[in-house]
Amino acid sequence: MAEAVVSAAVSAPSVAVPAPLPVRAVLPWAFFVGLLALIALYFVGAEQGATSLFAGSDVHEWVHDGRHLLGFPCH
Amino acid sequence: MHASTVRSLLVRGMLAGLVAGLFAFAVAYVVGEPPVNGSIAVEEAQAAHEAGAHAGHGAAAAEEPAEEEAVSRDVQSTFGLATGVLVYGVALGGIAALAFSFTLGRVGRFSPRATAALVSAAAFTTVYLVPFLKYPATPPAVGNPDTIGKRTTLFFLMILLSVLLGVAAVIAGRRLAPRLGNWNATLAAGAGFVVVTAVAFAVLPDNDDAVKAGFPAALLWEFRVASLAVQLVMWAVFAVVFGVLAQKALAPRVAAEAPAQVGAPVAG
Repeated sequence: MAEAVVSAAVSAPSVAVPAPLPVRAVLPWAFFVGLLALIALYFVGAEQGATSLFAGSDVHEWVHDGRHLLGFPCH
Repeated sequence: MHASTVRSLLVRGMLAGLVAGLFAFAVAYVVGEPPVNGSIAVEEAQAAHEAGAHAGHGAAAAEEPAEEEAVSRDVQSTFGLATGVLVYGVALGGIAALAFSFTLGRVGRFSPRATAALVSAAAFTTVYLVPFLKYPATPPAVGNPDTIGKRTTLFFLMILLSVLLGVAAVIAGRRLAPRLGNWNATLAAGAGFVVVTAVAFAVLPDNDDAVKAGFPAALLWEFRVASLAVQLVMWAVFAVVFGVLAQKALAPRVAAEAPAQVGAPVAG
């Protein structure tokens, strides 16, 4: 009992937690940024490997080392 | 006010991702490039050997390996590597910042800094570590070009599955918390994640031909540890940098909430 009181008194003020951000404030950002980020990641991770939007292999060759070391299948 | 908070978190997430990408690039250049170069040397030695065997004389084999490269190795290992790692860092930094915006104040009594660390650890685990355990990174020259489509599909499928399972585990943990208590609910959700992931590992097909037979095992190990190090450093740096930036950005909100919570029961 005494222990619980002490720990509550010590821990409550030390961890200040902000209120959650409303979902409707986050959602548009999440959707749009998620979309852009996935396109960027596609070019780093997969373009001109398994599928190609652009002909040639310049994108593949340019990000080649990063693609391997970040863990994507490259060729 | 909320929208501007999300905006400032997003900017800080992308900045932290850029910083994390710079550290990851340093590791990739120093630790990752030697095994990448080693693998390319193995590939060229094999190609020369095969060409020599086919042609029957050495002259053709000697000229064969210098195939026309669109981007030189020097560029690939510096600017090319930096482009890949930095774009990855900024993109995932932005996504992580928005995941943080959803998570903040919803998973328990964690400060912004601690929430940033938890989100980073979860991102590292679900986006990289779990897919890596099933479909580990492979160095140049070891793959079978005929199966790149299948291997890429499976890899992205594994990332998607692992992220969805991670989100499901967090939601399940929150639902179980009132009944089991925070500690046991976290353990139960974590165990559920591990079990379902293990089942997925068992059910999904293997990539038997991702590495050619006869490729040096020590070189493969060196490459994979380097790949792991790149991602570990990326997410560790992101956790620390974004934690500091988010804590500062949210200081007014935290201060506004704090008086109401003094003496309040510790819930969830």
